[in-house]
Amino acid sequence: MEGGSTIVITSASDIIVARELGRKIGKELNFSLTDLTIIATVISELARNIIVFAKQGNIVIETIRQGKKVGIVITAIDKGPGIPDIFLAMQDGYSTGKGLGLGLPGVRRLVDEFEIFSETAKGTKVLAKKWLL
Amino acid sequence: MEVPILKQSDYLIATIQAALTDEDLLKLHYALVEQVGKHRSKGVIIDVTSLDIMDSFATRTLRSLVHMVKLRGADTVICGIQPEVAFTMVQLGLTLEGISTALDLEEGLALLFKSNNKKRKI
Ligand SMILES: Nc1ncnc2c1ncn2[C@@H]1O[C@H](COP(=O)(O)OP(=O)(O)O)[C@@H](O)[C@H]1O
Ligand SMILES: [Mg+2]
Repeated sequence: MEGGSTIVITSASDIIVARELGRKIGKELNFSLTDLTIIATVISELARNIIVFAKQGNIVIETIRQGKKVGIVITAIDKGPGIPDIFLAMQDGYSTGKGLGLGLPGVRRLVDEFEIFSETAKGTKVLAKKWLL
Repeated sequence: MEVPILKQSDYLIATIQAALTDEDLLKLHYALVEQVGKHRSKGVIIDVTSLDIMDSFATRTLRSLVHMVKLRGADTVICGIQPEVAFTMVQLGLTLEGISTALDLEEGLALLFKSNNKKRKI
């Protein structure tokens, strides 16, 4: 694991800051334009969830190396209300808000590795990994 | 950055910039609904050529914008969705069902012109 960048997410404008940074880091790693769009979209969805459901939290963007493989990890962490039923939250179209309910399941489809941890009243952590192929 | 709205005869053209904030989107919403009435516009084009990402929030907002404009009696065409943006939208599961799209501004205008002519004949 190499050094990462943390962006504090408290308002909608922080979403833009975070996704621009993700794009920049991805570009330095030589990700394709499609992958950069995916990275920015993943950050946008996860940061949006932080604002809507937890009010505030962090987006951490890290570069990872495993042997010859290079990748990017996006971690969204908050100390919000947590997700009572992760299985439900991962279903297409499920939203407890006014959203389309496609953020979490969509992010899972967009990346190579996806993990989600959540505990009611403690918070949520979502990890999304994209490898440079 | 606020979205500029250009009036061209019966149509309005809104050109969206890269770093579109939530506030810009909401402002565009209000401005378009107001201007459609003021100019009695027949159609609206939303040019998203410079938009480098379309997440579920932007999609939902655009959908409701199109719906609102429709209630004001005008059609909307969204044009210029970039290939990598389209690819990402499909994987996310985002659709623009029932909304007209076009490759670019020219094709978008042609589409509005055609549907407007059809309406006149009826
Ligand atoms: N960070 C979070 N904290 C608490 N609940 C969350 C968080 N992220 C997602 N959720 C829950 O999971 C559901 C699905 O999320 P998502 O797929 O992004 O859809 P949407 O944001 O459109 O509701 C949300 O409606 C919400 O109930
Ligand atoms: Mg969401």
